[in-house]
Amino acid sequence: MKKYLLLFIVIIFGIVIISRLFYLQVYDTSAQISSENNAVKKKFDFPQRGFIFDRNGKLLVSNQPSYDVMVIPKNAKPLKSKEKLEFCKLLKISEEEFDKKLEKAKKYSPRLPSVVVPQFTKEEYAYLSEKIWKYKGFYIQKRALREYHVDHSANVFGYIAEVNNSIIKKNPYYQMGDLIGKSGVEQEYEKILRGVKGVKYQQMDRFNRVIGPYKEGIYDTLPINGKDITLTIDATLQEYGKKLLVNKRGGIVALEPATGEILALITAPSYDPKLLVGRERSKNFTKLWYDTISRPLFDRVLQGEYPPGSPFKTLTGLIGLQEGIINTKETVVCNGSYNYGGKKPLKCHHSRPPLAIRGAIAKSCNSYFATVYRRSIEKYPTPQEGMDNWKHHLESFGLGNYMGYDLPPGKKGLIPSAKFYNRWYNYPKYKWYATATISNAIGQGEVILTPMQMVNFTVAIANRGWYYKPHIIKNIKGTDTIPSIYTKKYNTTINTKYFEPIIDGMLEAYSDGTASYLRIPDIEICGKTGTSENYTKIDGKRVQLTDHSIFIAFAPKDNPKIAIAVIVENGFWGSRWAGRIAGLMIEKYLKGEITRTDMEEYVLKGSLEEEYAKPLSGKPFKINY
Amino acid sequence: MARARRLKFDWITIIIYLALVSIGWINIYSASYNETSAGFFDFSQTYFKQLIWIGLSLVLITFILALEAKFYERFSSVIYLVSLLSLLGLFVLGKNVNGATSWYFFGGFSIQPSEFAKAATALALAKFVSDIQTDLKEFKDQIKALILIFLPALIIIPQPDPGSALVYVALIFPLYREGLHYIYLLLGFIVAALFVTTLAIGVPWVTVGILIIAIFFYLKNKKRKPNIFKYGIIAAACIGFSVSVNFIFENVLEQRHRDRFNIVLGKEVDTKDIGYNTNQSEIAIGSGGWTGKGWLQGTQTKGKFVPEQDTDYIFSTVGEEWGFLGSLVVVLLFLFLIIRLLILAERQKSQFSRVYGYSVASIIFFHFFINIGMVSGLLPTIGIPLPFFSYGGSGLWGFTILLFIFIRLDASNYVNR
Repeated sequence: MKKYLLLFIVIIFGIVIISRLFYLQVYDTSAQISSENNAVKKKFDFPQRGFIFDRNGKLLVSNQPSYDVMVIPKNAKPLKSKEKLEFCKLLKISEEEFDKKLEKAKKYSPRLPSVVVPQFTKEEYAYLSEKIWKYKGFYIQKRALREYHVDHSANVFGYIAEVNNSIIKKNPYYQMGDLIGKSGVEQEYEKILRGVKGVKYQQMDRFNRVIGPYKEGIYDTLPINGKDITLTIDATLQEYGKKLLVNKRGGIVALEPATGEILALITAPSYDPKLLVGRERSKNFTKLWYDTISRPLFDRVLQGEYPPGSPFKTLTGLIGLQEGIINTKETVVCNGSYNYGGKKPLKCHHSRPPLAIRGAIAKSCNSYFATVYRRSIEKYPTPQEGMDNWKHHLESFGLGNYMGYDLPPGKKGLIPSAKFYNRWYNYPKYKWYATATISNAIGQGEVILTPMQMVNFTVAIANRGWYYKPHIIKNIKGTDTIPSIYTKKYNTTINTKYFEPIIDGMLEAYSDGTASYLRIPDIEICGKTGTSENYTKIDGKRVQLTDHSIFIAFAPKDNPKIAIAVIVENGFWGSRWAGRIAGLMIEKYLKGEITRTDMEEYVLKGSLEEEYAKPLSGKPFKINY
Repeated sequence: MARARRLKFDWITIIIYLALVSIGWINIYSASYNETSAGFFDFSQTYFKQLIWIGLSLVLITFILALEAKFYERFSSVIYLVSLLSLLGLFVLGKNVNGATSWYFFGGFSIQPSEFAKAATALALAKFVSDIQTDLKEFKDQIKALILIFLPALIIIPQPDPGSALVYVALIFPLYREGLHYIYLLLGFIVAALFVTTLAIGVPWVTVGILIIAIFFYLKNKKRKPNIFKYGIIAAACIGFSVSVNFIFENVLEQRHRDRFNIVLGKEVDTKDIGYNTNQSEIAIGSGGWTGKGWLQGTQTKGKFVPEQDTDYIFSTVGEEWGFLGSLVVVLLFLFLIIRLLILAERQKSQFSRVYGYSVASIIFFHFFINIGMVSGLLPTIGIPLPFFSYGGSGLWGFTILLFIFIRLDASNYVNR
């Protein structure tokens, strides 16, 4: 016993030690993970974000360096009161703020850098860099921000912002503090613009200091710069459109019919993209976000849903012709209103001799298109079938659904179906007929479209029956293709030959119709005015507001180069604002200069602010006045 | 010279020693390695200094082995006294390093006398026990032996260096081997067990446990009509001890001491302050996996996350870079060395050699178990080096002297036969 006790103890304790090591090293794997977290840090190299150009190669968006004042609290000496005062003045913050930031930095880590004041400009940097050496522990760090070379098109570009937690969870590529495109082209082409981050694995010591590359850098990767992209928009048009919409609310959207390229996409009111860069960013963003009256962040072209009004008659006519329930010769008598047996007859603003389809388009005769619409529906045994057939035609123009353009999806609009009306009228308990939906004929009633959808059907008309999906990407640097959905032709359900009478009618609108005073010398424009009734709710009561001024057009008649849709909210009749703006935009694009300076002056000087103030005033007001 | 040729050194022990020193140095190299050093022959580098110490150890070994075995027996008292004086001298001339006044400085060198005192005490103990007049069954001699052992410990404690002092407890084992009643060991074991369990599960549960054990033994021995009072008194004493441990722990010990125990007992998960060492060391060892990250590839080692990594915590580098298999090799080398020493001790003809051999085995075992236990988080943080491994000239020399005196004694034992 005496001889073997110690031997026995040694063996037992040896087994205990070995078991403990086995547990730590083999059985429990948690330490492997902690050791990685402990000792290996990933450092990212951020690639340069791609530039954005317009269709003519004009640089719109690039990058600018921004300068953050950083501090490593451990290295910072306490400042004398005079020094501190001077430094705070330099940093443009108060002393309390300065103390707070320093305290926060210390709390985060005394050895790691923290931002004291972010995003100084180049000019401020020049001044700061001369003085910063005096303050030990403080230094300036460069970052890249977006630089905008234009003050328009904020709705097209979108913006970039720091990723939030939900993005990080969904996409492991992003880390806290990374920037991501949040809307517009920046969001749509995020992957192309951003490039790929480079990673450096670094060996850290216990103070979290870098002591060298991990494994001699065999896992490291280099950053890949983002690719530059060229957009289809024309910066000149964008700028001009923005000018025309000053003091108005609405949108302008122009496409190139032959390609579906978006030439202009303007919403008003908008904001200067520079507002969302730099130190004032969050303040400015909050201001824009909470402006619920003029809604500058709301893209009226993509998100705005409006009753299209009279331009929709072109489609009613096309469907009528295709369905064969009317021909180009037949005239419809108009007594100044169309009585369909409802409570209130559908009024018509003109009273002239009976018109055939061309004249009906040019003069925008309600009675004519109500008749055509009714016949199109009633051609079928039940209104349900008629309705769905009608909807089918319209869908072929890209209406009633998301359009698939390379911008934020916006809104679907609405082309009502039989199901829609069945629910509405509680079918089969109550029946409904074509007459109940008669307002659709003239683009009122249940039909709503976004301006982008309006311009898309205008393109289909200009092309006599087909279109490419609207898109904003013209070229991605280093590749010669754009996404294939934008090179696929979409055909409408309407035969090519039926487009000519409609186009003739649109041309006649300028020569002898609703747009006759909008003529532009030397350009054959086909257009259609629209005056769309609209309502709002004030204190829960449905109140009618002044009509929206709407206009669609394309030019020239043959081999069209531009198609456009314009809406000016509460602008009253179609040719008043939207028609003028459409004409000016077309002239600007095709000629590069304005000859109708009278029209230009009218638009530039005009303001609708009074009109917009009416429903907010709380007092009774008159509309269409 | 003719006699010297007949000396038969135990090569197994020597080879294990050389293996441990070499492996130790490889790990010190890794732990102190940094890419900025001027080259291999850099005197400011820890690994190079250690290499010099190792080289000098070989000279020292030759010297130790060249001396007569009788020298150690004869001069053991003198050596012991010199050793005590050198420990006492620290209070006057010692330099404070990391809060402990355990060092003499000579020019660029520093000497830690407590590392040498172990060998001296072992020699003195062997001399005393092997004295024909000593009888460990007698209380008087028991006290004398205990004084001999704990005198250096008492001087070392207030330096303060409780770790080095604790090692002297190991010398109870040779006494037990030479006839000390087992009750002392048992008492020691019970005290330790009660101490740990009280802190781990609290006085009430310990009381319940003691009562159950007492009743169990009472019922088991019922046929022999045991004295119920005896059981009652022992149980009461145990409970009383448990209560007093609790009292001391809560009211006498300082918070930092409490923290150390609580971390090991898993009561406080604290990875920042006091628990930092243990936590980082466990992470380093644990991250080694089966085969480790490879020499000079340990991320924890490179980042110097484990404090005292080249000294007390050198084993964490072994664990990280060589994995479980490497750790196993080191642990087995130590176990073989200790067992080999015990076998050698048992076959000694002279009692002096046997007691000394036992002392050497016990001291190395204590160091080994406490150090690796601490590094792997089994035991509280007790600053004590890993023999032959940890960086430090005094430590290496202290253990080399301790071990090779025994190898010398063992070698001459054959001669006498």
